Amino acid sequence: MIRLLFFADIQEKMGKSQLAYDCDSVTIRELKEQLKTAYGLFEIDHVMTAVNEEYAMEEDMVKAGDTVAFIPPVSGG
Amino acid sequence: MSYSLYEIVDEPINVEEVIQKVERREAGAINTFIGTVREWTSGKRTMYLTYQAYQPMAVSMLEKIGLEMEEKWPDTKAAITHRIGRLDISDIAVVICVSSPHRKAAYEANEYAIERIKQIVPIWKKEHWEDGATWIGDQLEKVPYPAGIPDIKDVKK
Repeated sequence: MIRLLFFADIQEKMGKSQLAYDCDSVTIRELKEQLKTAYGLFEIDHVMTAVNEEYAMEEDMVKAGDTVAFIPPVSGG
Repeated sequence: MSYSLYEIVDEPINVEEVIQKVERREAGAINTFIGTVREWTSGKRTMYLTYQAYQPMAVSMLEKIGLEMEEKWPDTKAAITHRIGRLDISDIAVVICVSSPHRKAAYEANEYAIERIKQIVPIWKKEHWEDGATWIGDQLEKVPYPAGIPDIKDVKK
């Protein structure tokens, strides 16, 4: 199980802040593709990703037990 | 008073407390930046804002900015507090305090910190207008996302 976290507009689009994704291992890129297919979440192409609170690359692999956060362009300050 | 130098809070920020965190006998300057909620942006009137954060990661990214500042300006000490939740016009959203033996480093490091916050700290602002609301994306005009996506180089450096 991989824990997915959604924020800001992505969270509103999903209608939830997190999701348990049943999977042993997957790349960020594949994960994004699956979110597009399953939820029509096309905005996901325009967000960064953090794995266990560290920014990650599209080709990085995530595995069961990881937390993947989708980080839309930030606007703090 | 909290002893953590980097904080995300959901209550009004006490500026004096943030300043006190960086006070030191060797400091000859304390530079304080106070970011406040603006009412008018490009002719559009904001009623209030809501900020959301990915809290644990936001704190660790603030700490990372602190480390970057220490590397670039070795004699500085910094403290940053960012508020989340609902903020009204003129409320304080962020306070950045930097102390240093001489003022130049404090000014420079302080500006560096706010620029980096706008790049890497997972905090999002939702603008509530009279006729609707929008999550604000990248507001750092000097670093647009040319391909429509953020640049991983900025967050990994």
